[in-house]
Amino acid sequence: MSMTMTQKILAAHAGQSSVTAGQLINAKLDIVLGNDITTPVAVNEFKKAGFDGVFDKDHIAIVLDHFVPNKDIKAAEQSKQCREFACLHCISHFYDVGKMGIEHALLPEQGIVTAGDCIIGADSHTCTYGALGAFSTGVGSTDMAAGMATGEAWFKVPSAIKVELSGKLKKNCSGKDVILTLIGMIGVDGALYKSLEFTGEGVAALSMDDRLCICNMAIEAGAKNGIFPVDEVTLKYLEGRSERKPIIYEADPDAVYESTVKIDLSTLCPTVACPHLPENTRPASELGDIKIQQVVIGSCTNGRMEDMETAYKILKDKKVADGVRCIIIPATMQIMRECVERGYVTAFIDAGAVVSTPTCGPCLGGYMGILAEGERCVATTNRNFVGRMGHVKSEVYLASPATAAASALTGYITEPEEV
Amino acid sequence: MNAKGKVFKYPDNVDTDVIIPARYLNTSNAKELALHCMEDIDADFVKKVSAGDIIVAGWNFGCGSSREHAPLVIKTCGTGCVIAKSFARIFYRNAINIGLPILECPEAAEEIAAGDNVSIDFDTGVITDITTDKVYHAQPFPPFIQNIIKNGGLLASLKKEK
Repeated sequence: MSMTMTQKILAAHAGQSSVTAGQLINAKLDIVLGNDITTPVAVNEFKKAGFDGVFDKDHIAIVLDHFVPNKDIKAAEQSKQCREFACLHCISHFYDVGKMGIEHALLPEQGIVTAGDCIIGADSHTCTYGALGAFSTGVGSTDMAAGMATGEAWFKVPSAIKVELSGKLKKNCSGKDVILTLIGMIGVDGALYKSLEFTGEGVAALSMDDRLCICNMAIEAGAKNGIFPVDEVTLKYLEGRSERKPIIYEADPDAVYESTVKIDLSTLCPTVACPHLPENTRPASELGDIKIQQVVIGSCTNGRMEDMETAYKILKDKKVADGVRCIIIPATMQIMRECVERGYVTAFIDAGAVVSTPTCGPCLGGYMGILAEGERCVATTNRNFVGRMGHVKSEVYLASPATAAASALTGYITEPEEV
Repeated sequence: MNAKGKVFKYPDNVDTDVIIPARYLNTSNAKELALHCMEDIDADFVKKVSAGDIIVAGWNFGCGSSREHAPLVIKTCGTGCVIAKSFARIFYRNAINIGLPILECPEAAEEIAAGDNVSIDFDTGVITDITTDKVYHAQPFPPFIQNIIKNGGLLASLKKEK
């Protein structure tokens, strides 16, 4: 029976020679992940159910990233609860302030997730790790609790949409423009319950940071997971980093897909998702004079080193426009350190931007950049729902780091080419 | 198992940020969180909802974040069921795992109006709009999921199997 790449990973983790779409399976998990918002709920459930131990302390990751350094007393209590649970169960991958990063940038960087893994995380953007050739999906806190106790999770085997990439991205275009374009094509529920399997000759020229960004937003099309084939780029990234030996799975040549979407990367342009859905995409060049008050460059979608480099190239020796607050958030401490060493932080400050330690903060309207009524923000984050970054009458425009940085300089939504 | 109550109606793509805004996620206390249920899409929901009432919505209900706080606040408010044309997958899974009854039924979700009185029989999947006297049939859950619900959620189910 022919299988997609996702189905092959699931079959292997369910101990079966093959699985088919729609089948219910129990799969063994390589990593179970939670953060400071979802772990407390999981810990409560874990205790309520009377579990006394975790399945494997080395295969659980708890990352404090949403509201840390603690934004208020209640957030501090939640962090404390995570810390105490991690300590009690000797969780080896526990990341607190000083070591932490935004979970979906941190886990690949630290080699905690690798090719061939089966991963669940109590955070919807857990689908990011598909970039490494893993099956990885977001779940809720109860699934996290059950996963921590048993090392297993139930899944309905998904069917897949094949996304065939060809060509090469133009200058000023990146992974963000690819995924926004795709969501614009298929809609916010276009891949509901399904896998998005990326393939084609266009894959080879996409960097790992681009692939991580693309898989990160698979959930924004409703997908269960996004996944890239393992190639030289993947293996080079994993080398010297991956804790476990990568296992390479490939889709069968005759695997069955529900549909195929073709994207010629060379035809893409800087793309923006307008309020209030990620599917409301438009070329940045067509947006005219939309005045903005804030720019956020960071998040699990676009807070990686290439994103910082892109922002640096556009902002260095320039000034952020009057009336614009530009907030730059490197996603991990390692990225932050490199930004310091390369002189990016100095350049950002000289340009009039602020630089924060890693946090999810503004992306979900937590803190560190909340919008007032009527304010607009261009953000490299992943959601532009009503009230996502603050007031219900504020607006978020999703864009790439290049478009966001260019917009910071002009004060309105701007194509990178213009600056 | 049954539910009966008046209908609150919402559009397509109701996301978890409007169901429970992240600014309140600095606690995991369900009762405290439930005070803000649906706040950014319908500020009056919490004042108006009574035990057993039913939420009816369009496609992709519960899209966005994986926060289990979303089905939890809907359940804690006393909502008897959510009927939608479709559910986002993490919300769907979370609702089952915490025992919030949900039904996918595009026809019912299209036709049932705000304020209608509706009754639901979960064993058969039959939805009755008492106001219009119309009957709809939702797909019942597969046996695997029925078993989780019957046992009182995922963790209770796992414990029972242990």
